[in-house]
Amino acid sequence: MEILFQAVFALYLGATITALVCFFNLNQRLRLMARGLLGTAAGLHTVYLLVRYFAAGHTPVASSHEAVSFFAWSLTMAYLAFRWRYRVKNFAAFVLPLITLLMLVALFSPARLVELPPAMQSWWLPVHGMIALMANAFLALAFCGGVMYLLQEREIKRKRMGFFSERLPSLEALDNLNQHCLSIGFPLLTLGIVTGSLWARQAWGTYWQWDPKEVWSLITWLIYASMIHQRFTVGWRRRRAAIMAIVGFAAVLFTLWGVNLFLGGVHTYAG
Amino acid sequence: MLAEKISCLGVNHQTAPVEIREKMAFSGDCLNPLVQIKEIPGCDECCFLSTCNRVEVLLVAEPEAATIAAVRDFLFAGSGLSAAEAEKYSYLRTGEAAINHVFRVASSLDSMVLGEPQILGQLKDAYRLAMEHKATGPILHRLLSKSFSVAKRIRTETSIGSSAVSISFAAVQLARKILGDLTGKTVLLAGAGEMAELAAEHLLAQGIGKVVVANRTLERAVNLARRFNGEAASLAELVPRLAEADILISSTGSPELILRRDDMAPLMRQRYNRPIFLIDIAVPRDLDPGLNDLDNIYLYDIDDLQQVVEVNKGERRREADRAERIVEEEAIKFLQWLENMELAPTITELRRRADELRRAELSRTLAALPGLTAEQQGAVEKMSGALVNKLLHHPMLFLKSAERPEDRRRNLLLLRKVFGLDNGDNGDAGP
Repeated sequence: MEILFQAVFALYLGATITALVCFFNLNQRLRLMARGLLGTAAGLHTVYLLVRYFAAGHTPVASSHEAVSFFAWSLTMAYLAFRWRYRVKNFAAFVLPLITLLMLVALFSPARLVELPPAMQSWWLPVHGMIALMANAFLALAFCGGVMYLLQEREIKRKRMGFFSERLPSLEALDNLNQHCLSIGFPLLTLGIVTGSLWARQAWGTYWQWDPKEVWSLITWLIYASMIHQRFTVGWRRRRAAIMAIVGFAAVLFTLWGVNLFLGGVHTYAG
Repeated sequence: MLAEKISCLGVNHQTAPVEIREKMAFSGDCLNPLVQIKEIPGCDECCFLSTCNRVEVLLVAEPEAATIAAVRDFLFAGSGLSAAEAEKYSYLRTGEAAINHVFRVASSLDSMVLGEPQILGQLKDAYRLAMEHKATGPILHRLLSKSFSVAKRIRTETSIGSSAVSISFAAVQLARKILGDLTGKTVLLAGAGEMAELAAEHLLAQGIGKVVVANRTLERAVNLARRFNGEAASLAELVPRLAEADILISSTGSPELILRRDDMAPLMRQRYNRPIFLIDIAVPRDLDPGLNDLDNIYLYDIDDLQQVVEVNKGERRREADRAERIVEEEAIKFLQWLENMELAPTITELRRRADELRRAELSRTLAALPGLTAEQQGAVEKMSGALVNKLLHHPMLFLKSAERPEDRRRNLLLLRKVFGLDNGDNGDAGP
């Protein structure tokens, strides 16, 4: 299983390097190669998750390794789904490094199979876990779009057209990306919180117990909710939306890791 | 030498930033400057060109510093710049370099956007005006006519102009970077200059939904709007009209800013921060440079558009290299024409001098030999003629034989020196 994971990681790394080289020299053949490597990595990663599912007997989102690996897989799937629907020039060059980074974290996290504590042995685990991580994946795509937007806008505003302006899509396309990813990511995030709350009611008898992870999920949700609200009422779009997508994703990452590292609580992963 | 009398003095986008150029813009009035330059002492012929990106004087004058300085002073009068600054921001080309420059300007190799077609029309207008006011003579007439044919040759032999390379094209490209697909977007033209019209045409070709023309004189706005199937407005309506526009192209002749940062801030709230692309192709500028600091407003003036042009210059650069070779070739041909113009009077003068000498010596000889018959006198005269012809044969060949213009020029000077043609003496100082 470990070798399988390493192979998946190697494929992601290969796809990332190819996509980055392609981003620099705009070689179309490399673009196809990166796509092929990513497709293979996605397929093999799915196999790894299934193997792990059958080996552990539960959805592989329970340990830190599992959650991050599942996050990377969700991000790949979200990217492929997005790519199937929309075309955003050189998007892969920003998303693939993030996937590889997540895989690197997973690689260095203990990958042993864990026994679930009784509270977590519920069918809510796959529902809540998968929805929450899928939400994170779409919010990560919005983050990548935000970074691309700021780079592109910087060149246009400073009137120094060159490296990025040639390689990145129009500001309009990047703002649309932000909106599309949010319009999927935000409902999923809401659903993740709702399912978590229902699960909490079942496991501990209360919907909400102000656990640090719950608090940070709420903060994250409020950031995205205000962003969507502002977008539709006063037109917080484009640059502000891009910055908010980056800030929101920082909150997502903190909810995922920071809380576990600094604040603890019932969501702390085993291992 | 004739070539040395040609000079070109001016300011363009490469030598001076827009802040300097707008100080010396002549607002479309080329006649007054032309008349005044013509009066400058030492100026034989002149032509005055003023466009958004360049103010230039083409001169045929004795190469004296005073004449050039007087022209430069005239160009920068009212700009508030010192003489040293004026020299720093302007260029002066003389002789072959000036000929090359004129050809490069006409074929838009010296333009901000390589291959843009407007400059040729502007140069033709400048020439027509100079001709009508008798400011041109044989040299400028020939030089400018030649520059038009060089531009035509470059246009047909290279593809420099084929990829629609103009400022307006660059603007369209940038609009797509900011606004994405241009279908259904609204463009507002403030002022109805030629460049703005061209930009609007390009935008229409990209599927722009609506064109609104705002002009000081409503009649002109109505006419132009009809051409684009759009709407007309007066310039006073500019700000409220901006609420619906996605692109503003400003090219009014206004000496002051027509849109300030403070006008735009409340408008952006009204627009729900919908982005707007402002293109200022007027010199002096129409739009407050501070507008670019506002969120979702992207302001480009004519110099900034240069940046966009740089990005996709590669392909055209190769065509430009071919065009530069054509320019060099044509400049050599023109220099040859100039030298032939100088060669002909030298040859005539040399023959005349030799003939004068021959006649003087002949009459002296015949006077000393009174016993000669008419037949013998005829033979002596014939002999003197043949002698002069034979003596001049090799110098003439020497004069015409040089291939390179600089060799021709050197030979011409040498010959004039050897035969004392510039000394004013008639060579009749013999013993």
